[in-house]
Amino acid sequence: MPAPAPLHLAAEIGGPPHDDPGRLLGLARTAEEGLLDFVTLADSFGGPGPDALGALARIAPETRRIGLVPTVTTTHTEPFHVQAGVATLDWVSRGRAGWRVDVSTSAAENRLVGRRELLGPEAAWAEAGEVAEVSRLLWDSWEDDAEIRDTPTGRFVDRDKLHYVDYRGTAFGVRGPSIVPRPPQGHPVTVVDASAAVSRDTAARHADVVLLRAGTAEETAARGTELRARAAALGRDPGTLRILATLVVDLGDGPAASAPGGGHFGGSPAGLADLIARWHAGGAVDGFHLVPLAPDTGLARLTAGTVAALRERGLFRDRYEDTTLRGHLRLARPANHFATTGGAS
Amino acid sequence: MTTGPTPPRKQIHLAAHFPGVNNTTVWADPRSGSQIDFDSFVHLARTAERGLFDFFFLAEGLRLREHKGRVHDLDVVGRPESITVLNALAAVTDRLGLAATVNATFNEPWELARRLASLDLLSGGRAAWNVVTSSDAFTGENFRRGGFLDRADRYTRAAEFVAAARALWDAAGAGQRSFAWSGDHFAIAGESTPPRSPQGRPVVIQAGDSDEGREFAASAADVIFTRHGTLEAGRAFYRDVKRRLPRHGRREEDLKLMPGVTVVLGDTAADAQERAAEIRRQQISPQNAIHALELVWGRDLSAYDPDGPLPDVDPDPDSALVQGRVRHADPFEAAARWRALSEEKGLSIRQTVIETTSRQSFIGTPSAVAAAMAEFVERDAADGFILVPHLTPGGLDGFVDTVVPLLQERGVFRTRYTGTTLREHLGLTGTGVERSAA
Repeated sequence: MPAPAPLHLAAEIGGPPHDDPGRLLGLARTAEEGLLDFVTLADSFGGPGPDALGALARIAPETRRIGLVPTVTTTHTEPFHVQAGVATLDWVSRGRAGWRVDVSTSAAENRLVGRRELLGPEAAWAEAGEVAEVSRLLWDSWEDDAEIRDTPTGRFVDRDKLHYVDYRGTAFGVRGPSIVPRPPQGHPVTVVDASAAVSRDTAARHADVVLLRAGTAEETAARGTELRARAAALGRDPGTLRILATLVVDLGDGPAASAPGGGHFGGSPAGLADLIARWHAGGAVDGFHLVPLAPDTGLARLTAGTVAALRERGLFRDRYEDTTLRGHLRLARPANHFATTGGAS
Repeated sequence: MTTGPTPPRKQIHLAAHFPGVNNTTVWADPRSGSQIDFDSFVHLARTAERGLFDFFFLAEGLRLREHKGRVHDLDVVGRPESITVLNALAAVTDRLGLAATVNATFNEPWELARRLASLDLLSGGRAAWNVVTSSDAFTGENFRRGGFLDRADRYTRAAEFVAAARALWDAAGAGQRSFAWSGDHFAIAGESTPPRSPQGRPVVIQAGDSDEGREFAASAADVIFTRHGTLEAGRAFYRDVKRRLPRHGRREEDLKLMPGVTVVLGDTAADAQERAAEIRRQQISPQNAIHALELVWGRDLSAYDPDGPLPDVDPDPDSALVQGRVRHADPFEAAARWRALSEEKGLSIRQTVIETTSRQSFIGTPSAVAAAMAEFVERDAADGFILVPHLTPGGLDGFVDTVVPLLQERGVFRTRYTGTTLREHLGLTGTGVERSAA
């Protein structure tokens, strides 16, 4: 009998109050003590608190193993800055960075930049896919061994290992190369919430981790199968996709566990462990993205209760076996597009 | 002889520059570490904080430089994105100010105001923004907005950008939830403001020496980052910039002048001079000498011997040989100056480049350097200095260990941080926003 696929767990640490970096650090550390794969920090363009990328960079040096996945929006930003920021999070965390790609389609967000045309969800998600694509190219625009420090010839870099990306998107172009050398993971982990139909194509094309708002186990499994099939049709190895069910959890002291409805679970930590074990054993998903209703109390219950219970059953790691987020997710470090295709410099 | 209370001595402000993409880092030195690993940033930042510096300073580049149509390969190249690495440094420092150079041409006010206010919040009031602009289509090829601004427009856009960012920070400081800004370059509005800045607003730094740059700094900056050669040139610049302040309703102490300088220490004066000369020879390799010459001439001069005489051809004023660098405003004037120096002293190409591309330097024993720095500040040639080490990340260790204690003994440098915010370190009070505002 083959060993069951490893279970992956992530948790959201966002929500008000937004102005306390110490609180975010405490939550990330709790998640790290629970050996979770990564934490997410929700954000929007024009959100009320500190920007999520900045906030997770702030806590990177004070954590050791936990993956750090800020929401980064792509609609009103410069792709060149976005990829540089995410690559830098990977450098300062020594290979623990991801980014949750999101779009901005509200008129309120539009007014913050005074952009004339409002981009609809379909166009915004198509553009998000272009930003993900050009980001990977820019991360590859430096080969890993581009820095040579060759004293005899006086060359700091081998310019044959630096590459123009010459990307032409529908709304932007980028010449490249990046300013930031290729980050430790090669590509930081790309996360896309594919709960809404409009984001599914972008997820199938570009995501390493797909988030799906949990329905029933059967519905979620069917959606995941559909996504893998779509990725395969696009020429990707569907085994390189990690599909996590997003579940809002309320681990109160309330009575019996309720079945998840509309992506919500209410009940005891042990009840949640039962649910996770059941779904995972049935092959519905690779893991869960858990959103505690009240993170300050909920996250501790999650790690002390649910995660501990899963570990007792041998379903979840009892130590980190790797140092990078890709390592936790058992995703290989990607080959460099330019090194493998011999792209012209 | 009458005795009275001694007036407080003018205090020196110090900052540290992490040399990113540059041609001054001696990367071939075995003590030269990584320019990208976070550990390098941690070491230099902690050294600066151990030395009670005001802030840690990062430059920015948005397109790799090119020479003769190819990526330039002789210089240190590659760096992390500034605001993100400074957010991480906020975790491993307590008091040090964190200054990011960010281009106003290729960003939007709301987004940048939020990112800087976030850094300010996450660092407990230690953020600064060094405002730069860009006009070249070359850099613009990496951005949505392209590179279409002419020189005049990029300054008016930058001025409006800073004013809009300031309006956003001030609205947040005053507890307002909504704001609107309408001008020639931006028409933006919203129902939320960036996070409130713990120091009123992030410190604004301006680099530049042009008349427009000086006026812009006098109107909007808290710190001006400059370079000037001699004490007298520094005094003239200082007088000129400080004189502009009252026109903008500001006081002399509202703007600090901090030139970028290098320091070379030795056990004796001769020892320091010898080290400085050796560093210059390492910085200007034969390949770099020809490259520097080509920057002025705008021509391929690779056939020339770096140890031979300067070329007798004229510069090409319309050269596209160099991309991503500021060219000499008048290459004919620069070439004439270089030729005159070379003939007068009998210098080779490489020796001429070494002489002409030197930065403002303090070279000597620790006590001589401390005395020279104190004189610069006491005689109003500067309010302090941004130190640019030639080695990363250990290049400031010696200065902090030996010169800082001597400045403290002289009573011209703090012996502990007395405030928590960068604004407090710099002695800036005129934020326009009361920190206690609800």
